[in-house]
Amino acid sequence: MELNVLWFILVTVLFTGFFFLEGFDYGVGILMPFLGKNDVERRMIINTIGPVWDGNEVWMITAGGALFAAFPSVYATLFSGFYLALFIMLVGLIVRGVAFEFRSKDDSPLWRSAWDWMIFIGSLLPAVLWGVAVTNLIKGVPINGNMQYAGTFFDLLSPYTLLGGVAFMAVFIFHGALFLSLKIEKGPLVERAHKAALGFGILAAVACLGLVAMTYSNTDLFKSAGAGTALWGAILTFVIAYILALKAKFGWAFAFSGLTVALTTVAFFWGLFPRLMVSSLNPAWSLTIHNASSTPYTLKIMTIAALATVPIILGYQIWTYWVFRKRITARDLEY
Amino acid sequence: MNELLLARLQFGVTTVYHFLFVPLTLGLSLLIAIMETMYVRTGNEMYKKMAQFWGKLFLVNFAMGVVTGIVQEFHFGMNWSEYSRFMGDIFGAPLAMEALTAFFLESTFLGLWIFGWDKLSKKLHAATIWIVAIASNLSAFWILVANSFMQSPTGYVLRNGRAEMVDFAALLTNPYVAVQFPHTIASGLATAGFFVMAISAYHLIRESNRKFFRESFKIAVICAFVSALAVGGTGHMQAQYLAKAQPMKLAATEALWDSANPAPFAIYAAVDESNKKNTAEVAVPGALSFLVYNDFAGEVRGLNDLQAEYAAKYGPGEYIPPVTPLFWSFRIMAAAGGWLVGIASICALLLVTNRLESQKFVLKAALWTLPVPYIANSAGWLVTELGRQPWIVFGLLRVDQGVSPNVPAASILTSLIGFTLLYAVLIVAAVYLMSKFARKGPIDVDHTKSSTVVKEATLWS
Repeated sequence: MELNVLWFILVTVLFTGFFFLEGFDYGVGILMPFLGKNDVERRMIINTIGPVWDGNEVWMITAGGALFAAFPSVYATLFSGFYLALFIMLVGLIVRGVAFEFRSKDDSPLWRSAWDWMIFIGSLLPAVLWGVAVTNLIKGVPINGNMQYAGTFFDLLSPYTLLGGVAFMAVFIFHGALFLSLKIEKGPLVERAHKAALGFGILAAVACLGLVAMTYSNTDLFKSAGAGTALWGAILTFVIAYILALKAKFGWAFAFSGLTVALTTVAFFWGLFPRLMVSSLNPAWSLTIHNASSTPYTLKIMTIAALATVPIILGYQIWTYWVFRKRITARDLEY
Repeated sequence: MNELLLARLQFGVTTVYHFLFVPLTLGLSLLIAIMETMYVRTGNEMYKKMAQFWGKLFLVNFAMGVVTGIVQEFHFGMNWSEYSRFMGDIFGAPLAMEALTAFFLESTFLGLWIFGWDKLSKKLHAATIWIVAIASNLSAFWILVANSFMQSPTGYVLRNGRAEMVDFAALLTNPYVAVQFPHTIASGLATAGFFVMAISAYHLIRESNRKFFRESFKIAVICAFVSALAVGGTGHMQAQYLAKAQPMKLAATEALWDSANPAPFAIYAAVDESNKKNTAEVAVPGALSFLVYNDFAGEVRGLNDLQAEYAAKYGPGEYIPPVTPLFWSFRIMAAAGGWLVGIASICALLLVTNRLESQKFVLKAALWTLPVPYIANSAGWLVTELGRQPWIVFGLLRVDQGVSPNVPAASILTSLIGFTLLYAVLIVAAVYLMSKFARKGPIDVDHTKSSTVVKEATLWS
């Protein structure tokens, strides 16, 4: 296989891993202040992702690094073009990251409430912004013949991309609520998580159907049979996840909400292929796996590195989930 | 203010700020790993308490390093898109390798360490912090591989309007890495050593938890003494290497305008950059030649000669980096380093002769030395990065050619102000937490269970 294609697939894999894992992290972070009625409950909620959220976030860092290494022009155009959106996202990620660490290290109610706020905001912003970003990639943004983004921040906001933001957020909350239902000991808290899953599931269903319809009218995604199938697959797995959630089969429901996230990511990347960023000014100015890529030599080096490390990473991350497989109880809040 | 200046300011602010936290992460992770290993070996609960107490401070610091590091990875694309296009084929690889081989390990295993005290066997638990320590230092290696290319490009060709990698091994074996990496690792260890010494000294002065802090101090002082000497040694190697690889940087840090043989070392210089001379100077004759060549004779090339040479080689332009800040940054770094070696030596001597705790004055000095490694670390990076000016990649691309052409000044200003304010608030919170835990001592470490219900608070109140 041509290495440019392989790296497109690897980037897709990294984003899929990122959205699957950080998807429920974000969902948990958004739900935390509402589901957790007191400090102990909020700490329990945070502890469901406490040991893993940082490792999950590295999937995003790696996806960014992989873009830089394999498709530097995409990295350059995307991050300079989406400048303010990215700035807002970084602010969110910064406050969220320190909030997890800082919130329990002081007893003052004001301190804790302030950092809980930060966890909420810091989870909400990236969840929405990634939806906006991904839909913009496929919808197309003004990229000129010099590979430069020629628009403003507000060009990134359209009904379609805003719906993308809402859909990503709603699916992540659904995914996160199922994760909580799976990870917290049986009791009132888990019942609230279950209710949240069902409630936000409805929002996610509406947003996703809208997104599919608008994707059809706003993009060329469905011209690719594979991408179209993947997107319909995402809808199907979502329906299954919801039915399983109704029946309180949380393990399976979570697996299927994860499949929804994964298939959605795959669908958008498949629809993009072989492009990575679509130019709305001229199709010939789109950034593709060829005009935006690194040299075959660099791709070869990076391929060896990725193939050697990613299986090991998966191994020890799965092992981590195994170590922390027990449901969180109010008794073992050791941190 | 223009885009270039704002982008440079933003880079300076976010990088210096990030590196306030990195060295402590590098060094302290290793010290905690040693402490926990001593716990596993001896079964002495004190060492477990030690790993947990210093671990708590480590975690506050680590979180700050992680979140500021995310900005580091993305701001090349945001503010320096042309640099990213020009360098992506080379620069992206070590960054991606860093994520694949270091960040994943670091983050995943730190999660295991924090939450795994009751879930993993003692040995396995100690192994997790060793993995964190090794991975952190490995990530420093990758980032220095990337930075070293900017200082001294190697293993590339210029093709298709960009630098393209032709020899990955050459990137890894860049002699610049060989001088920069040990210097950075040693500074990390020194920072951690003096950090632990300072906080231990605080408690030893007050005679609280004497056994615990005497033992902590002992571990720290060994680390501080050895690493402070190593910082000096590797710094010296780096200066000698600079004379060959980046003579302009060396000349600028010494404010040496005209080539000289033997070359003097200026202790003080009133630099007049516009007239390209020093109006006043206090110098030790031949000392610079000695530093560079281990010999009181030997030519060190001056700024004016190098400027003429570069103008002939790269075309007309100004190739002299900002001399005054370089001159003083270097002297601040070197003086701080000297201070550290001195304090570590005195403390080590007193410890060996068992007189440490009676010498309250020395303990106080150790406490007040806390900020010194931070000053040295920041000054050191200023020398490295300012000394690279006007190049973003030495000899290949100037800083003004690397900046994003399509990002308006208002956007950069927004992010500059936003990050600076956010960072200011966060450092207050981090210092508050760290000083709170540092003062409190280890007694409460095992009672951090938050199951004691804190007064109810609603999020929206």
